[in-house]
Amino acid sequence: MTLLALSDVTAAYDRTPILRDVDLAVDEGEIVGVMGKNGVGKSTLMKTVIGLLEPESGTITYRGEDVTGLSADDRARRGIGYIPQGRDVFPKLTVEQNVRMGETINADSDEYLYESVYDYFPVLEERADQSAGTLSGGEQQMLAIARALVANPDLLLLDEPSEGIQPSIVDQISEDMQAINDELGTTILFVEQKETISGYLAV
Amino acid sequence: MANWLNLAFQFLDSFAFIVLAAAGLAIIFGIMGVINLAHGEFILVGAYATTLAVKAVGLPLPAAMLAGAVVTAGFGLVVERTIISGAGPNWVWERLEPRLSAALPDQAAAVLPSGPLIEPLYDRLADSMVATFGLSLIMVQGARIVFGNSIDQVATPFGEVAYGAFSYSAYRLVLAGVSVALLGLVYYVFTYTDYGMRARAVIQDDRTARALGVNTERTYAATFALGSGLAGLTGALFAPVISMQPTLGSQFLVEAFVAVVVGGASVVLGTALSAAGLGAIESVFSNQYGTFFGRIALLLTAILALRFLPGGITGYIERVRKRRRRES
Repeated sequence: MTLLALSDVTAAYDRTPILRDVDLAVDEGEIVGVMGKNGVGKSTLMKTVIGLLEPESGTITYRGEDVTGLSADDRARRGIGYIPQGRDVFPKLTVEQNVRMGETINADSDEYLYESVYDYFPVLEERADQSAGTLSGGEQQMLAIARALVANPDLLLLDEPSEGIQPSIVDQISEDMQAINDELGTTILFVEQKETISGYLAV
Repeated sequence: MANWLNLAFQFLDSFAFIVLAAAGLAIIFGIMGVINLAHGEFILVGAYATTLAVKAVGLPLPAAMLAGAVVTAGFGLVVERTIISGAGPNWVWERLEPRLSAALPDQAAAVLPSGPLIEPLYDRLADSMVATFGLSLIMVQGARIVFGNSIDQVATPFGEVAYGAFSYSAYRLVLAGVSVALLGLVYYVFTYTDYGMRARAVIQDDRTARALGVNTERTYAATFALGSGLAGLTGALFAPVISMQPTLGSQFLVEAFVAVVVGGASVVLGTALSAAGLGAIESVFSNQYGTFFGRIALLLTAILALRFLPGGITGYIERVRKRRRRES
């Protein structure tokens, strides 16, 4: 079943078109990667899917419903977990509070996956009371994934997870994403510049 | 001995006054980036609502004070939806515009704005000052037209505490206690509740908060209502001790703004530290040289703080912390 579909989506920043007539379909349970160099509109694509950017034309359907006119918070509450480029953790909140911020995603489920999240990323449990701004880049990436994952979303959007992170951690995160897809059945849509991560994630 | 007690009471008095004057303003400024120049008039709403609840409705004073705070919070919510976020007028315009442009000749319809009428005033410091200054003028004159130049005051409760040749209003001691409790409450709300955590996340990065399912508009509306409610509580608490006239809000403004500027961005810590520091300075100078010099010392401190601590006390603390972290 198709979970997410974009048809003829055109999006622009200040009238400069970035995406033109994009079609994309993601089936439930899939991992889909979109590869491309810097500046081709990968982040714009992700922002359009989550709703931080309103498309000029075209439609976005999620679970068969047209969500094009909905705001980002509304889409997140329907079960889309977004992991922004550059992580964007809340630096002055603690690690634990950052994870709790993800509870508003997927409003239909009251069940939170703290155990699984801390199983995948034990370092976050060790640093629960530390403020998120003091974590390393790789740890912040794990935190952003944990935050998006805790409310058990149906779809994860990963925007350049390898950016600014050392290769060994990139490998580990790729394995974790594969495991999350296998074990929790979460559908994943990611964008990347480098081949490294797509090598791990079966596209 | 008696003079030390005098000084201590004077300090408690200034501390309570500064904390209560500044708390609502600090929350709205710190979280929404809105400078509310009508802050004094929100205090006016709380004071008048309390006084009228006692005099006209016959409520006991504590219940009337609670009512004063709640009325002001509700009033703040209306102000947020109409002036600060513009959601109300935009909603009306969205429905009115198609009908209006259908009824008007084409040329006239073409000049009607098609999008929203009002852009939210969040994080637009100068614009929010102009809008709320206008609101403040309307409210002062409105209060004068409706209620006249003054209304009957409620009596100060609790009587006096006597020591040696001096005596001190017991109610002012209660105010000092309330101001400390209020700081504790605000700290609790912003540190331990879900609302507080979301509000802090929204200050740090509202786009990401929205992408995580937080209804940021509701967070802003709740924050403005909370800040207004605190201003209303200040008005309610001071209703028995200040004279009830339409301009009563202005006497809180200097302390409120000085405390926010000196305190810096952190709402609770900033307000507590600046109230303690400014309260100490004001009370020592008032005690030694009279109230007039107390006020001058307060303003001089504000000028020095602006020059040497542009980020306020908490901005300075943050800088020191960062430097330590880099060195370690």
